[in-house]
Amino acid sequence: MKKMRKVLSVACIGMLLATALTGCGGDKKGSGDTIKIGGNLEMTGGSASYGKSAQNGIKLAIDAANAKGGVLGKKIEFVVADNKSEAAEATNAMQKLIAQDKVIAVIGPNLSSASIAATSINTSAKVLAITPMGTNPNVTVDKDGKTKDFMFRACFIDPFQGTVMATFAKDKINAKNVAILVDNSSDYAKGLAQFFKEAFTKGGGKIVAEESYLQKDTDFKATLTKIKASNPDMIYVPGYYQEVGMIVKQAREMGLNVPMAGGDGWDSAKLPEIAGKAALNNTYFSSLYSPDDDSQLNKDFVAAYQKAYNEKPDVFAALAYDSALLVINAIKTANAVDTVKIKDAMAKTAGFSGVSGNVTFNAQHNPVKSAVIIEYKDGAQVFKTKINP
Amino acid sequence: MDMGSFLHQFVQQLINGVSLGSIYALIALGYTMIYGIIKLINFAHGDIYMLGAYFGFVATTMLGLSFLPALVFAMAAAAVAGIVIERVAYRPMRNAPRIAILITAIGVSFFLEYGMILIATPQPRTFPAVFDATVYNVAGLVINSQQIVILGSALVLMAALTYIVNHTKAGKAMRAVSFDMDAAQLMGINIDKVISMTFALGSSLAAAAGVLVSIYYNSIDPLMGMMPGMKAFVAAVLGGIGIIPGAMLGGIIMGVVEAMVSGFFSSTFRDAAAFGILILILLYKPSGLLGKNIREKV
Repeated sequence: MKKMRKVLSVACIGMLLATALTGCGGDKKGSGDTIKIGGNLEMTGGSASYGKSAQNGIKLAIDAANAKGGVLGKKIEFVVADNKSEAAEATNAMQKLIAQDKVIAVIGPNLSSASIAATSINTSAKVLAITPMGTNPNVTVDKDGKTKDFMFRACFIDPFQGTVMATFAKDKINAKNVAILVDNSSDYAKGLAQFFKEAFTKGGGKIVAEESYLQKDTDFKATLTKIKASNPDMIYVPGYYQEVGMIVKQAREMGLNVPMAGGDGWDSAKLPEIAGKAALNNTYFSSLYSPDDDSQLNKDFVAAYQKAYNEKPDVFAALAYDSALLVINAIKTANAVDTVKIKDAMAKTAGFSGVSGNVTFNAQHNPVKSAVIIEYKDGAQVFKTKINP
Repeated sequence: MDMGSFLHQFVQQLINGVSLGSIYALIALGYTMIYGIIKLINFAHGDIYMLGAYFGFVATTMLGLSFLPALVFAMAAAAVAGIVIERVAYRPMRNAPRIAILITAIGVSFFLEYGMILIATPQPRTFPAVFDATVYNVAGLVINSQQIVILGSALVLMAALTYIVNHTKAGKAMRAVSFDMDAAQLMGINIDKVISMTFALGSSLAAAAGVLVSIYYNSIDPLMGMMPGMKAFVAAVLGGIGIIPGAMLGGIIMGVVEAMVSGFFSSTFRDAAAFGILILILLYKPSGLLGKNIREKV
């Protein structure tokens, strides 16, 4: 009898361990009445306008899906955690979403540096994350070139933005001598600058000055004075709108009136306010999306977004909307609330139509899609041209 | 780079540096005055500068004031804030060890920063352009009207402060308290009043710097005071903490060094140069450029 007891208790402990282990694997998550999707977004901090737009886009997609009965017969619940536009906080937010809120997929962060920092958390928890706008190559690929299993993105990668702008600078602006002013505290900006430089010099152009600044800097006059002395035909400033606004303003005040260009970090309604509408003339940026795109899907999206929020969607809203659609689509395809199966379904996505173009993931979890060049004219964004991969 | 263009660049960087440095000087003055009176490094001073910028923002956007009234409004409001902070946070600690009051100052700094985040949200706001920036081109050198206004306002305020400290009764009382607080009290000087006034003056100068910077860069946020606060602290130490002309000199030197480092080396080294100065001055002339070496009485 004693022996029997021992066997039983061992069996009990074994069973306990087994359930505990599967619990860690994450398979039991979201088994309630709702399915939870997390948003690791920039609700505050220097890039707060990105996070707000993304939240609007995701909510629109999820509300539409819930109106049609949700997914797998369950309603979707959207939980947001604020990453304060910082890499360290993005890691905390990821931890909170997965451990406390038990979400089955995460959308965000938008910033590349924050995504690179936070992805180790969702990878070890085996929950997929998709960054709407993290365009640095290292977001989905580690240092050895191996794809990170649980990390995806809805946007194209930096090489393409840098290369596109180099082509545009050479062919449309006829620039020969370009100065680069890069945000040294951001992986995103450094990535863009590097690929711009490679593509531009390969095409016969010359980089006459390479300068850098840090986030939260406010005085750029000294650096711009130095750049002005190198007589560039164009200045490439791949940074975020807060500093870019001040750089453009101060450059124009110094009489530095050459074209200026950057990446999608320029895409914010705040930029014309900070730089001034007139100063912002003769500037261009590469982007993933223009609300003026005439596909039916996009027209419907723009109409719904305007009805809900009384403003035109920006690229962050559009890409976050696409990210949410991709996640919902993957859950449907997986046909199970199992985070690993959802990840597998996501990786196999092909020919999926989103508002920012068709998405097919390649082996590095990067979608292959087209880019647009947008010009600022008196503070308004005007669609300039579209460049295909 | 040939000599002509080097000289041209040098002068342009000097203009950039002096206009930036006059801001550091305005903030450094408050640090130095408060240190001179109660031997406190008021780490919340950078946040008073931020408060001043927000008061200026309220004055221009909500009250619709123009530049000068807004500047006066911000300075007055910040002076009140300075007095309240001293009354609530520092006065009860006056006889406590110096380290305790220093930690209190750090606490006040965080309170102001995160209190403002709570009230005004952490998002940067765009400061309205209260006057246009006209660009003047003199012999290839570029200077704009805002830089001139900043420098002019800074000089006027510094002159006013020097006058108050050296030629008024209140200034005499301040100097007396700074020299020996107990003796001053014995002579019938109300030291509480003098300390309050010092905080009011220092805070209003920081607020003026805050408004000027907001107009110049047209962007404000609740954490904007951190870096300028640190730089101004270095400027105050560089000139000799507790010495009013030292703060002005230190501020201008800091601005010029930053501009020169960004202009002739790399902007990445700018902050390193600023704090490198602090280390050097502490190693070789801890009493500051204008300070006298006074042996501590044991």
